[in-house]
Amino acid sequence: MKNISASNPAEDPAREQATKLSVYVSSSPHVHSTEDVPWIMRQVIYALIPGALVGVYFFGIPALKVIAVAVVSCVVMEVLWQKLTGNPITVKDGSAVLTGLLLAMNLPSGAPWWLVVIGSLVAIIIAKQLFGGIGNNPFNPALVGRVFLLISFPVAMTTWPEPRSFFSQAADATTGATPLGALKTAIFEHGTIAAAPGMNLMDPFLGNVGGSLGEISALALILGGIYLIARKIITWHIPVVYIATVAVFTGILWLINPEGYASPSFHLVAGGLMLGAFFMATDMVTSPITNTGKVVFAAGCGVITVVIRLWGGYPEGVSFAILIMNAFVPLINRATRPTKFGAVR
Amino acid sequence: MKTFKGGIHPPEEKQLVKDNPIVDFPLSSRYHVLVQQHLGAPAKPVVKAGDEVRKGQVLSEPLGFVSVPVHAPTSGRVKEIGRIVHPVTGLLAPCVVIDADGRDEWAEGLPMERDPFAMSRDELLDAIKTAGVVGMGGATFPTHVKLSPPKDKTIDTFIVNGAECEPYLSSDHRLMLEQPERVLKGAGVVMKILGLDRATIAIEANKPDAIKLMREKAPAEIQVEALKVKYPQGAEKQLINALTGREVPSGGLPMDVGAVVQNAGTCAAVWDACARGIPLIERITSVTGRGIVQPKNIRVRVGTLLREVIEFSGGLNGAAKIIFGGPMMGIAQFTQDIAIMKGTSGVLVLREEDTNITDYSACISCGRCVEACPMGLIPSTLSKLGEKGMWQKAKENNLLDCVECGSCTYVSPANRPIVHFVKHLKALSRAASAKK
Repeated sequence: MKNISASNPAEDPAREQATKLSVYVSSSPHVHSTEDVPWIMRQVIYALIPGALVGVYFFGIPALKVIAVAVVSCVVMEVLWQKLTGNPITVKDGSAVLTGLLLAMNLPSGAPWWLVVIGSLVAIIIAKQLFGGIGNNPFNPALVGRVFLLISFPVAMTTWPEPRSFFSQAADATTGATPLGALKTAIFEHGTIAAAPGMNLMDPFLGNVGGSLGEISALALILGGIYLIARKIITWHIPVVYIATVAVFTGILWLINPEGYASPSFHLVAGGLMLGAFFMATDMVTSPITNTGKVVFAAGCGVITVVIRLWGGYPEGVSFAILIMNAFVPLINRATRPTKFGAVR
Repeated sequence: MKTFKGGIHPPEEKQLVKDNPIVDFPLSSRYHVLVQQHLGAPAKPVVKAGDEVRKGQVLSEPLGFVSVPVHAPTSGRVKEIGRIVHPVTGLLAPCVVIDADGRDEWAEGLPMERDPFAMSRDELLDAIKTAGVVGMGGATFPTHVKLSPPKDKTIDTFIVNGAECEPYLSSDHRLMLEQPERVLKGAGVVMKILGLDRATIAIEANKPDAIKLMREKAPAEIQVEALKVKYPQGAEKQLINALTGREVPSGGLPMDVGAVVQNAGTCAAVWDACARGIPLIERITSVTGRGIVQPKNIRVRVGTLLREVIEFSGGLNGAAKIIFGGPMMGIAQFTQDIAIMKGTSGVLVLREEDTNITDYSACISCGRCVEACPMGLIPSTLSKLGEKGMWQKAKENNLLDCVECGSCTYVSPANRPIVHFVKHLKALSRAASAKK
């Protein structure tokens, strides 16, 4: 904005000298809400802290390392890219920090540092900056990073350290399966879910299960999600509809055949649904702009998640579901435009 | 409480000035009366340098129906037909410069005493036009035009707009508190012109004293309605929608849904014009904001220089922006040598911390602007098209439905100047159709 010094040229010069005015001149409005992009990013980061802390509690220092490497490398990638391409450095908006944190929360705690760095590179450079940076990326950067790693490094990405209390971490940490992984194995090998070990609900609710370091505690993630809704960072539409769609879809199948399908309550707490529904699918840039659009988008995420979980090759489908629905966002936005005031009906 | 869909709630900031009674602005030695103070066809000066003029005397003749005259704010001599920066366009515009003689003598026959309720509809409309009355909420549309709907439009609703939803401003609030009779009687005259036997006065709920007083004073046929405090509650289309549930059709006018809205200050001016023949030569203006030393509500003559208004209010204190009007739709000024107009509802001086001078960044598609837009548009799309100057595409996206209320821009976390882009696109569109 220009800082204009001026005075009426029609008046005499002496008076002009005495009354020089230095003020800003710009279009209305002249006041603005205090809620800017960095503030929004900070709120989301605060909301992720409970989930991240549970991850660190159950997986120990390695989880903390993954988080640190992801955040630092995402920030560094963004700065380097913008320096190299001669673009303004936008790292202060906090989005790269958030992408790093989200990527880390979608990785196993045992992920080696180089894996995390590759994931950050894909997320920031390929998924975000190549499309034009913040606001212009069609796909959720953290999820692109995660899915790239999952496809390219399947072993490293599905080696799940067993959760244990922070205070009893041993050097020779053992690995195990995630609840959804165990379920898929049971169905593949025995054709029934009865063979899946210990499908209690309290462990995944609190976080005492194998999985990505930030997805294990449904409780912590719901708390963070409620904070985001209360602060009006996100609306209820995406998380509620996403979770409800998964519940209804799996519920119908479970009622028809309880031997062949796990209960809806299991599907809600297991895997990455809560992380996806509250934090990944609600990414503003890659989700629809209207509330109606958000409902459509979230229902699609729910259906695809269940289809992949039940009939797909992967035990978990949240990441794929959200990325697939990201691609539909422009179409959804077009189809769900609000009716303008005074539209001729 | 009644309201509309969308909108925002910025800090009200009315406390700075709302309890300050109206004070008379002292007589100035020189006035700069802009010839064009209304929306519509220009007016032509009918005085020349050296002419003696009296207070209330006509200075310019309207050219066409949608046009009004301006009048001498005091008695004195015409110094020149000069030029001064116009507060709306920012360009030099013709004005009549009057050197006051200090006697402040009324023109022949003014003020008169007459009973508007004994006058015919046409006589009243003529009195309103002759007095140069325009919409005083800021839009400055000639009032007699608004009160002359074509025969095929049936008007069944008349709303007096006392919402004053712009933050900071309190000029309508003080008017309703201190001179309720002028507003109510003016509303009565408008009802007579429209042939209606009832009217509604709409006031935002943050002015409980005005609501209470109006309820006490209003005759039975004028109903007082408290509205939810939400911006832009006082925008004409939103106000009609809140009170009647009707939607003014896209591209249409309030009369298309049988409604007429007049600002409270306009009603008072209508009363002066019809009952006393007094032209619109002064108005009540809030001088406020933390950048002014003594916020005041002043009764000020049209043509008074901003510089004098600022001096009278104790001077500037860390002023970063000087605005004619409110913070949401007012116009930033670059010089103090501009004159108060009929539509100047406020002089707002903001300090740097109270205004918004940071740069903008890319849209993050958060949808806040869509939620805030009272017109049901997608402001983010308009702003992106604005960056590229794509006005045709913007028109397909309802560009012309935007009322530039600024709600979208207020909430945009990326601080995108959406209203600026909309104004730019509308200008491109106008330029293109002018070329044809």
